Amino acid sequence: MSAPRPPIESGCPDGFQYMHPMMRKHYGNWDYHEDPRPGVLKHVTKSGEALYTVKAGTQRILDVYTLRLLCDIGDQFADGHVHFTIRSNIEYMVADEARVQPLIDKLESHGFVVGGTRNSVAMISHTQGWLHCDIPGTDASGVVKSMMDELIDEFKNWNMPNRVHLTTSCCQINCGGQGDIAINVQHTKPPKINHDLVANVCERPSVVARCPVAAIRPAMVDGKPSLEVDEKKCICCGACFPPCPPMQINDAEHSKLAIWVGGNHSNARSKPTFQKLVAAGIPNNPPRWPEATAIVKKILKVYKEDAKDWERINDWIERIGWPRFFELTELPFTKFHIDNWRGARNSLNASAHIRF
Amino acid sequence: MAKYDTPMLDELENGPWPSFISGFKRLRDDHPDKRINQVADSLLGQLEHSYETRKGYWKGGTVSVFGYGSGIIPRFSEVGKAFPESKEFHTVRVQPPAGNHYTTGMLRQLADSWEKYGSGLITFHGQTGNIMFIGVDTVNTQHFFDDINEYGWDLGGAGPCVRTGMSCVGASRCEQSCLDEQKVHRTLQNNFTDDVHRPALPYKFKFKVSGCGNDCQNAIERSDFAVIGTWRDDMKVNQEAIKGYMKTKGRDYIQENVVSRCPTQALSINDDDTLAVDNRNCVRCMHCLNVLPKALSPGDDKGATICVGGKRTLKIGDLMGTVIVPFKKLQSEEDYEEIVELAEEIIDFWAENGLEHERCGEMIERIGLANFLEGIGVDVDPNMVNNPRQSSYVRMDTWDEEAEKWFQRKAEAANA
Repeated sequence: MSAPRPPIESGCPDGFQYMHPMMRKHYGNWDYHEDPRPGVLKHVTKSGEALYTVKAGTQRILDVYTLRLLCDIGDQFADGHVHFTIRSNIEYMVADEARVQPLIDKLESHGFVVGGTRNSVAMISHTQGWLHCDIPGTDASGVVKSMMDELIDEFKNWNMPNRVHLTTSCCQINCGGQGDIAINVQHTKPPKINHDLVANVCERPSVVARCPVAAIRPAMVDGKPSLEVDEKKCICCGACFPPCPPMQINDAEHSKLAIWVGGNHSNARSKPTFQKLVAAGIPNNPPRWPEATAIVKKILKVYKEDAKDWERINDWIERIGWPRFFELTELPFTKFHIDNWRGARNSLNASAHIRF
Repeated sequence: MAKYDTPMLDELENGPWPSFISGFKRLRDDHPDKRINQVADSLLGQLEHSYETRKGYWKGGTVSVFGYGSGIIPRFSEVGKAFPESKEFHTVRVQPPAGNHYTTGMLRQLADSWEKYGSGLITFHGQTGNIMFIGVDTVNTQHFFDDINEYGWDLGGAGPCVRTGMSCVGASRCEQSCLDEQKVHRTLQNNFTDDVHRPALPYKFKFKVSGCGNDCQNAIERSDFAVIGTWRDDMKVNQEAIKGYMKTKGRDYIQENVVSRCPTQALSINDDDTLAVDNRNCVRCMHCLNVLPKALSPGDDKGATICVGGKRTLKIGDLMGTVIVPFKKLQSEEDYEEIVELAEEIIDFWAENGLEHERCGEMIERIGLANFLEGIGVDVDPNMVNNPRQSSYVRMDTWDEEAEKWFQRKAEAANA
């Protein structure tokens, strides 16, 4: 057997070798952009040359056939260069305007969806779920496919007051990130502990340290070293499950979905904001998750009707107030909406500012 | 011939959005390599089982390539007896090129290598920013890595280490770019290659680079070290283009959607339909530039605002990154050396003082920003806070010395 091969520690590759020639040539010399139609951007250099970008949504988890098809389209229309966005859309750059429409037609003929620019509902940013994660409460790709089937017209058109970023996450770690609307797993029961396995599988002090509310302590159970959970203190967050899989948090019935709104990464207008809870107790219902999608669609409908141009969901709610948000969306406001985590007092209305 | 029925997954082939399930089935039914057919079949079987029982069935483990301690996400099936062909199904995290640009030739080469050893499933990109090659057994993990490593690809991070970085499309296409995002990304990231491959930090540490305040890379929320492009001279106003917008969109529209949405009331419309900008009070939020891209653009004196400590829930709750450097010029090689030194200071201090599984932002929360700044040798600045302290419960018997430092710094800055 030959000696193992030492790795070449080359790190992050240089992007310039892969960039479209016009991007390379005009790097740092762009003047402005226009939006000729949904899914198409027109960027103009300081010397007056135009570069068109066509953006398309895909299934994100690509098989090699789909990847090669996307490459074929790139070779045929876009000089063999592509760019991927942070939300896993593929972008083709075209210097010749005459090639834009044929490119769109080609993408659409293969079922890819051109859109996702400006004031549309963007592709949902998501993670792995049941396909590959070791701690997921739900699937990711399936939820996203089901929702995008229903939201496809909002992806393809500019119907929204401003852009809408959706995210999904399969546990409360929230790998999907902040979103204008976020659909996240929310566990509702403490972990079920398999005491036979804890001593062998888990480093107990690390698990105790991981709990955000100090609800876990070492214990002897049936003569074996294990862990126990103070179920009155437990917030069912699932933080103990990754370091200690015998503390099973996922539950076919009690792992629910919750919906959060108003997360916004951009500094435009207001400082970046975190998302806020609006709905919970939603069934985790494969293969199409219709209950969660219905609530998302309801929120989008109200936002579309009531918000002003350029208001993101957080800007809109800031203007109309939370009572009106719950009234318009017909979602119940409960005691669980009132934060009790550290810093929670800052989220209370300490004023006489009330909308009537 | 498929071994496993997938009635629930079949539902995900309906509807207009592209279906990942159809892609999996193509690998199962059409691929010439029998190994790939069987892996796809088995994977579909296990996923269907998850859909039926509403549970995941993957567990972690230890898999790495020779010389590295991270970059592979090991996955072993808990139901491998029922679905044996995909019982080892690891993900290989590969660092993307800065800016996420590819040639189709390179994508095909990667697809060819992946087909030789892996499942044939790829994602561009995971939430940390890696190319995710999803599904390879333990033995072939090394072979696949050896193959692609020879032509320029390296693994990303996983576990308590410096993770893969991200940068926006930026200067390659966007007129709002205030940075050479790709250079910032690669200069920072590739200085820490050893820390990417050999996890030895309290927890993960991420670099993200966005060319302006629109922060398309979600850097302030999602990274420990966020570099956000900005400028400190006046924004550029093309008054002819402003007049053009006034004509096409109307004065009311500009008033309603630009002037009145400015968070610091730094804009007003002049009687002759030109725009007045109070640059001293502009916070570079980007809103007006977004609405009027032909008329407004960043100034010439560009650089970056650096925010440190962003992260999501685990363990103490969400934290945005906070300003550590209000403005950093990034032009000369010296400027780049300085930003690398700052990142080194921060990572070293956190490696020394962070608790196990404690993100940098959580450590700052625990020890206080002032102590952190002292630890990394950065002076306090009022840009770091929304407002000064409101609690009077603080010991301030070195007030005079601290005030003197402020006046000294002001004097030095004035003489510089």
